[in-house]
Amino acid sequence: MSTVARADQATPAGSARALSERRPLGDRGFQVLALACGLLVLVILVLIAVSTTQQASSWFTTEGLKIFARTWDPATGQFGALSFIYGTAVTAIIALVMAVPVSIGIALLLTEVVPYRWSRPIVYVIDLLAVVPSVVWGLWGILVFAPWLQHIYTDIASGVNGIPILDNLFGQPVSGASFFTAGVILAFMITPIVTSLSREVIATVPAIDKEGAYALGATRWEMIRGAVWPHSQGGVVGAVLLGLGRAMGETIAAALVIGSSPTITSHLFAPGYDMPAVIANQFGESYGVFKAGLIGIGVLLFAFTIIINVIARGVVERSARRKRGA
Amino acid sequence: MDQPEQNVVTNTQLPKSQVEMTPGTPAVDTPDATVFDAQKVSCYYSSFRAVTDVSLSIYEHEITAFIGPSGCGKTTVLRTLNRMNDLVPGAHVEGDVKYRGASLYHKDVSPIAVRRRIGMVFQKPNPFPKSIYDNIAYGPRINGQHNKGKLDEIVERSLRQAALWDEVKDRLKASGLGLSGGQAQRLCIARTLAVEPDVVLMDEPCSALDPIATGAIEDLMRDLKAKYTIVIVTHNMQQATRVSDRTAFYSVLRNEKSDTRTGVLVEYGRTEQIFQDPRDSRTQAYVTGRMG
Amino acid sequence: MAVVAGQQQVDLREAKGWRRTSNRIVTALMVTAFVVVLIPLGFVLVTTIAKGASIISWSFLTSGPIPANVAPANVGGMGPAVLGTIEITALATVLAVPLGILGAVYLNEYGGKNWLAALIGFFSDVMTGVPSIIMGLFIFSIWVVHFGFSGLAGAFALGCLMLPIVIRSTYEMLRLVPNTLREGSYALGASKARVTMTVVLPAAIGGIVSGALLAVARAAGETAPLLFTILIVTAANPNVFSGANTSLPSQIFVNASSPYTGAQDRGWGAALTLIAICFILMIVARLVTARFARYSR
Repeated sequence: MSTVARADQATPAGSARALSERRPLGDRGFQVLALACGLLVLVILVLIAVSTTQQASSWFTTEGLKIFARTWDPATGQFGALSFIYGTAVTAIIALVMAVPVSIGIALLLTEVVPYRWSRPIVYVIDLLAVVPSVVWGLWGILVFAPWLQHIYTDIASGVNGIPILDNLFGQPVSGASFFTAGVILAFMITPIVTSLSREVIATVPAIDKEGAYALGATRWEMIRGAVWPHSQGGVVGAVLLGLGRAMGETIAAALVIGSSPTITSHLFAPGYDMPAVIANQFGESYGVFKAGLIGIGVLLFAFTIIINVIARGVVERSARRKRGA
Repeated sequence: MDQPEQNVVTNTQLPKSQVEMTPGTPAVDTPDATVFDAQKVSCYYSSFRAVTDVSLSIYEHEITAFIGPSGCGKTTVLRTLNRMNDLVPGAHVEGDVKYRGASLYHKDVSPIAVRRRIGMVFQKPNPFPKSIYDNIAYGPRINGQHNKGKLDEIVERSLRQAALWDEVKDRLKASGLGLSGGQAQRLCIARTLAVEPDVVLMDEPCSALDPIATGAIEDLMRDLKAKYTIVIVTHNMQQATRVSDRTAFYSVLRNEKSDTRTGVLVEYGRTEQIFQDPRDSRTQAYVTGRMG
Repeated sequence: MAVVAGQQQVDLREAKGWRRTSNRIVTALMVTAFVVVLIPLGFVLVTTIAKGASIISWSFLTSGPIPANVAPANVGGMGPAVLGTIEITALATVLAVPLGILGAVYLNEYGGKNWLAALIGFFSDVMTGVPSIIMGLFIFSIWVVHFGFSGLAGAFALGCLMLPIVIRSTYEMLRLVPNTLREGSYALGASKARVTMTVVLPAAIGGIVSGALLAVARAAGETAPLLFTILIVTAANPNVFSGANTSLPSQIFVNASSPYTGAQDRGWGAALTLIAICFILMIVARLVTARFARYSR
């Protein structure tokens, strides 16, 4: 027999015991803590739904289906939220119509056109755009942008005077703080997120597909149409939906420039209101059913944005999965 | 207990390149204590049986080499020796591995305790993004050693054992990531030695290194043999002949009917015997280069 | 370019006609898109700097409020708001960042591919799209109704906003830590908690800090969550745990709707301060990323 291995090492007699240390208490505790923090996300989402619905319950019960009525007039006890839902929809659509082409354009610019060295400054510009706080957009919007736009609106309105559809959209009444101004500022604000997500999606198009198109003599635009777009359309749709969710929920900038007038009208240059803006502006003076109504509008907004975000994330994930499988 | 002289001579005075065979020498084999005793070990990754019915014994103060073609399970078997396969989801082991008489896979056994005694060096050097000093001191610190003086001692001792001290003693605070491949691997070896294990497992430790660094690691292995037991997986047969005392040859068994593959232990014995006088035809084919 | 005499000329020039034109139009459109974005950004920044620079002074940033209808604008102003922003945002950070990091640790180190981790990861991303005003209404419903307005309530609301952002960015960083580092630590006999705390988190720390800074920048600029939680007042309230409070963005919001030019001018000064804070946080985040990318090759 060789000299016995170091006595402090496991000898046959003691090794069984020496190897069976129990799992350190801290290890188990850490796992539980990490799990709890993860669950916090789900818990918070559920609590949001429950607590806000509960606070808004008096509005839901006293108004019933009238929560979708047109008139919102706390003084006379009318709490129909339709005008805000309308305003949210209109401003979001305006924002998307403007932001989506621009965002996709920039995303394509970054991935297909610009060499890497020049892409960094462009990305910085987009990040800068994203970092400007909502309230600063609102301040600039109401004090500088809206008055300037009002002149333009007035000119357009007199220009389309009498022309059938255009007059309904762009005719009088005209105000600097209006649906359209809010839509434009929302467009500025959602561009960064739609751009960066579209860029991520487009960047995952396999180079081999792009090279295949080029090898057939395609121009860049033809390559984009033929190789990039089919692959990335799912993901880009998802990015657009996320932008929609963001536009619907953006509060402060809208609250300052939308005009604070609950109306349902086709005139885009008229002052209007949307869901987050009315909550922000009127909450301070609200009470009773009025307050419950504002919180209830928040509940509706929460429901809408959750649905849109779930669909958007689902679409993005599905297109990513399909690509990985393919 | 006296050991036959021939055995000792053949082992420690080998020239670095070839195994010299003294014709007519009886292969008397009296190994030291048994460190590992694997009994019909099969390893599964979920339902895939990676390795089937491996039984062998690893002896103290020897270098044992696992060789074989890719996919034959040699790394899987190595990792069963320190419960590293536990980290792969869905992996489980049938059969038993006894470490100095105690079963490693007993339900009461803590993998953490196992790994403190059975260390491992990996194929690609993986120094932590910490200073050289903190890399070495990491193991002792998690074992509760916080005394600065003691840690300094341990760091120097480990680096000397790994033949790295002279090269790095002036820059212990420098990042471990700044070392060359060979130095980084010696750092990882020093890190493993710092906790004073009983066994050092090495998974193709030189495959990412150039020949000079490889030579340094092989010299190191020979020096470490006196204090530790070493098991090394290697795809380099010359390396196995250069450093190891015993060699285990694994291969892939294909089941034509069910179209499955699994790794099996084909032959295990003293290195000279495996390479000069293999008993199994598959071993013969592999070591003479006709296969794998 | 003629090739060999007697053979057809090979035309290697660009695609002709409509194909070339349409390609150029599209490229021009893409460049226009970028320019279109530069314009409003430029205007906002230029206007804010122009109007705000003259307002900012040490006393502007530190002294107490004066009534809205008093001019000149560059006397006194935003001290309470600056204090409030610092305190409330710091408190929100202290709440959200550790919880977010631990949540990401669960997702990457423990959850793996199981259904719960997938669910949590999915809804964490969904949560980043929840409007910030909802967070304010949530904390109002669940806390303010019982305990009143306070900077703490505002911190809760901002924390809810920051949590999913920190989780996502930390998770991406943890994913990048090579598995060989974890194995090296396990092989030395470390438990999973120790591996995570002593090797994985330190290896990812640069990206984690950078992500957290961006979340802080986002929170510092938010107004909506604070509307119903801190009940914007003008006086300073150093006690963040009780009593109504104020913050820079809240103050800007109030001043923006004020008819008095003095208040509006102070709003510009506050806006410039706020933008500066957010930009600085963003730049520091980029520097941290760059430095640690070098370090952790």
